[in-house]
Amino acid sequence: MLLQRRTFLKMGSLATASLFVPKMLQAIIRKGDETLPAGNKVLVILQLSGGNDGLNTVIPVRNDIYYRSRPALGLAREKTLSLTDEAGLHPELTCFKSLYDEGHLGILNSVGYPDPDRSHFRSMDIWQSASASSEVWQTGWLGRYLDQQCKACDLPTQALEIDDTLSLALKGELQKAIALKDPRQLYNNSHQEYLKRLSEAYRAGHHQLEHERPVDYLYQTMAGTLNSADYIFEKSKAKETTTVYPKTELGKNLKTIASLILSEANTRVYYVSVGSFDTHVGQEGQQARLFKQINEAVTAFTQDMKDNRRFEDVLLFTFSEFGRRVAQNASNGTDHGTANNMFFIGGGLKQQGLLNALPNLEELQDGDLKYEVDFKSVYATVLKQWLAADDVAILGKEMPRLSFI
Amino acid sequence: MAVNNQTRNQHLLGRAGFGIAASTLQRLDDITPHKLYKRLEKASATPTKALDTVSPFVKEAMAGKEMDDSNNAMMDTDARKAARAEQRKQINKQSNADIRQLSIAWMNEMVSSEAQLREKMALFWHGHFASRVNNSLYQQQLLRVIRENALGSFGDLLRGVSKSASMLAFLNNQQNRKKKPNENFAREVMELFTLGRGHYSEKDIKEAARAFTGWGFERDGTFVFREKVHDEGMKTILGSGGNFDGDAVLDLILQQKQTALFLCTKIYRYFVNEVVDTQQVGWLADRFYSSQYDIGKLMHDIFTSDWFYEERNIGTHIKSPVEYLAGIRRFLPMTLRNEEVQVLLQRLLGQWLFNPPNVAGWPGGTAWIDSSSLMLRLRIPGLIRGDETISIKPKGNDDVQMGGKELLPAGGGKTKKAGGSYQMLAHIDWTVLDKALDETNREVLYNKLEALLLQTPPGSADKDAVMKLVDQTTDETYLQTLVIALMSTPEYQLC
Repeated sequence: MLLQRRTFLKMGSLATASLFVPKMLQAIIRKGDETLPAGNKVLVILQLSGGNDGLNTVIPVRNDIYYRSRPALGLAREKTLSLTDEAGLHPELTCFKSLYDEGHLGILNSVGYPDPDRSHFRSMDIWQSASASSEVWQTGWLGRYLDQQCKACDLPTQALEIDDTLSLALKGELQKAIALKDPRQLYNNSHQEYLKRLSEAYRAGHHQLEHERPVDYLYQTMAGTLNSADYIFEKSKAKETTTVYPKTELGKNLKTIASLILSEANTRVYYVSVGSFDTHVGQEGQQARLFKQINEAVTAFTQDMKDNRRFEDVLLFTFSEFGRRVAQNASNGTDHGTANNMFFIGGGLKQQGLLNALPNLEELQDGDLKYEVDFKSVYATVLKQWLAADDVAILGKEMPRLSFI
Repeated sequence: MAVNNQTRNQHLLGRAGFGIAASTLQRLDDITPHKLYKRLEKASATPTKALDTVSPFVKEAMAGKEMDDSNNAMMDTDARKAARAEQRKQINKQSNADIRQLSIAWMNEMVSSEAQLREKMALFWHGHFASRVNNSLYQQQLLRVIRENALGSFGDLLRGVSKSASMLAFLNNQQNRKKKPNENFAREVMELFTLGRGHYSEKDIKEAARAFTGWGFERDGTFVFREKVHDEGMKTILGSGGNFDGDAVLDLILQQKQTALFLCTKIYRYFVNEVVDTQQVGWLADRFYSSQYDIGKLMHDIFTSDWFYEERNIGTHIKSPVEYLAGIRRFLPMTLRNEEVQVLLQRLLGQWLFNPPNVAGWPGGTAWIDSSSLMLRLRIPGLIRGDETISIKPKGNDDVQMGGKELLPAGGGKTKKAGGSYQMLAHIDWTVLDKALDETNREVLYNKLEALLLQTPPGSADKDAVMKLVDQTTDETYLQTLVIALMSTPEYQLC
C-alpha cells in the first residue's frame, strides 16, 4: 500500500511540474482535419449515478433468497423480460431485451472492488480514478488515457463529457477533457470577440517562453477550449443525425454524441451520466422512471448507429458507483450496497448474453454481494482491446483482461 | 523590473487575505508592506466570534439520546428502529441546510472581517484537515477549533482537530478498538496532517492505531476516552517505546522535525509559490520547530521576508474558487439577495466548503482550472453585474440522505427561474469604488484599475480585447464595464 501511495505522490508532483516545463503555446486554430472514419472504435460510457439497484435490473427469477429479502420490491418472474431460465430484465428495459436477443448485449455480473466503500462520493471517486479503495488518486482513468492520446496535441477532444462540469474520470495529469452540455452553447460562450482577441494577442506576444507560468496554463486552457468549441460545433452540424430522439436530457445528450460519431469527429470516448438512482425510499417508481428514459434514449441511439452502419464500431457500457443491499429496507427502498452488474452494448461483441453467473445470494458479506470481477479488469479490457491503449500504464498495474470484445 | 509598493501590498493582501477592499484603495501606495502586515496581524490577534448556524432541531436532537423512546414502551423493536432511522434522516436533512448557512456565514467573514489573515489561515487549515461528515453540529465544532487556533500553536490545533467529533467520525476512530483496531485515523494523522508519506513505517501506523484506541465522542460532540476499548500495552512508535496513548503519539509526532518541514513545505506552496525553494523552506522549518510550532510566527517570517515580494512570486497563484469569489465581493461591495448562489458557485467551480473531495483536501493549483471552470470564471463577473441567470448544474452527489438535490431553496419562487436557472440577484454599490478611485481621465483610469485588479505585468491582458467589453457611453458605464471586463480575464484568476 505504501508503494501505491507513493505512486499517487508521483502523480501529484508530475502534474505540478508540468506547469513549468517549457511547452509551445498551443493556440493554432485547427481546421478540424483529424477525424475518426468508420472502422475506428468509439466508447460511450453511461454512468448511472446514485447507485443503481442491480438486483432489480437483472432479476434472479428462480432465487428464493431474492424474493424472501424483498417481499415488496421483488419483481415477479412473469413481470420481467425473460433472458434465461434464471434471469429476467426489468420490464422497462425492452430495448435491452431486443439487443440481448440480437446478440448485441453482454451482461457482466458481480462487478466491484476489494474493500468496498459505501459512500457515494468516495466510491464514485474509486470508480472514476480507478484507484484501490485504500488509495486517493487525483486523476481519472480516462484523463490518463487522454494524456496518452494527446501528448503534444492541441485539440484535446479525444474524450468528451456531455455535462456542464467535468468529472474526475476525465481529468488527467497533463490534459483535461472538455465538458459541454450543448455544442452550440459552448460555441456561443467561447465566441465572444474579447475572448478570441485575448487569446490571439497573448499568443502573439508570448510565443517564446523559457518557462511556463500559471498564466500560460490559463491561456493554454482557454485556447484549447476555443479551438475545441469550434471543432465540436462544426462536427456536430456536419452530419447531424436525422433520427428522432426522446426529448429527455439523456435523449438530447445521446443525440449530440450520435451526431459527433456520424460526422467522424476525432473523439473516441464519450461520457454521460443519468440519475439519481439513490432509491432509499419508494424505489419501484423511481427506478422504473429512470429505466424508461434510458430505454427510450438507448433505443434511438442504437437504431441510429445501426442505420448508419456504425454499430460495429460503438461500444456502450453502463456502470454505477455501487449496487444496493440484497434486502429491502423499511421504506420500500434499498440502501447502499457493493457489487453490481454492467451492461455492454454494441455490434462488435465477441461474447454476448450473460457473461458470467448471476450473483451468489447465499454467500453474502454483511448482507452485501461479494464482487467476482474487479471493475479495473473491465477498464483494462476496454482500453487495450477496444481503444488499443496502454492499459498497464493508465491503470498503474496489470489487470486480467476479459474476452467479450 | 522593480516591483512597486502598491503591487507588493496587493501581493500581500491577496495571499495573507482575500484581496484588496474597495474602501481601502487609497492607502495602498504609501504604506510599506511590513507596516501593512503589522496591521493584518493586529486585526487577527484575537479569535473572532464563533459562527453558529446549527438549527435548534439539530442541537436538540444531538443533545439527547439517539431517540428517546422511554415514553414509548409500547413501541416494538421494528417501530423503534424505524423511528430512529426517521430521526437520522431529519438530522441529515437539516444538517445539510445548516452547513450551507455555515458556509455562507463564513464566506461573509472572509469578505468583511478585518481579521483577513486569520480567516485565510482558517481556509488553509480547512483544506488541510479535510473532513466531510453530514452533521452540522460536528462541522461547526471543527470549524470553531480551526478558526480559534488558526494562528496559534500547531500542537493545540492538531490536538483540537484530532479530538473533534467531525474528524474522529470521518476517519472511523469510533471503530478503532483494542480487539479490532482501525488504522484509518492513525494513517491520515501521519500521512496528511503531520509527517507526510515516506516518513513513517506501516508498523508505526499499526502501533499508533493501537494507541488511539478508545478515542471517541459523545453524541453532542464532546471528546471521550473509552478506557475499556483502549489498548494499554507497550507500543513502539517512531523509534520510541512505551505504553503510549493518543496524546503521547501526537507528542512523538511533534518531536519529529519532519513535521515542521512537511507543514512549511505545504504552507510555502499555498502562500508563496508552487515551486518550492528548499533553502527558504528549510529556514522556515528550523524556526517553526524552535518556536514550538507557533503558526503566527511562521506566517510573520514568510510575509516579512524579502523573498516573498520577489517578482517570481507575484501573480503566480491560481486563486481557489473561494478566494476568487470572496475577492470579487471585497473589491465590489454588493448585497446578494440570493446568498445561496455562492454555494452553487463553490460546487460548480470545485471548492464546495465542508465537502472536500477526499481525505487529502483540494489539490489546488492548476487542478482548479479545466475548460468548464475557466469559462465559467470568465463569465461570473458579467453575471453579477448583469443580473443574468446561471443555468448550469453541479454534479449531484446523488445522495438523497445528504439532501444533495435541495441545494437551493425555492426562495419564494423569486430566485429560481423556470428551466432550472438561478439568479445572482446582486446589487453592486458602485459609489464606494467611484469615490475611492476619484478619476475621470479614462486612460488613467484604465491603468489604475488594471494595476489594482491584475497582478501580472501591465499589458498582459490585451487592452484592445478588454475594451471590447467596455461601454464607453458615460463615465459611469465606462468604470463599471471596465471593472467587469478586467475581472473577466485569465489574469484576474491569479494573485
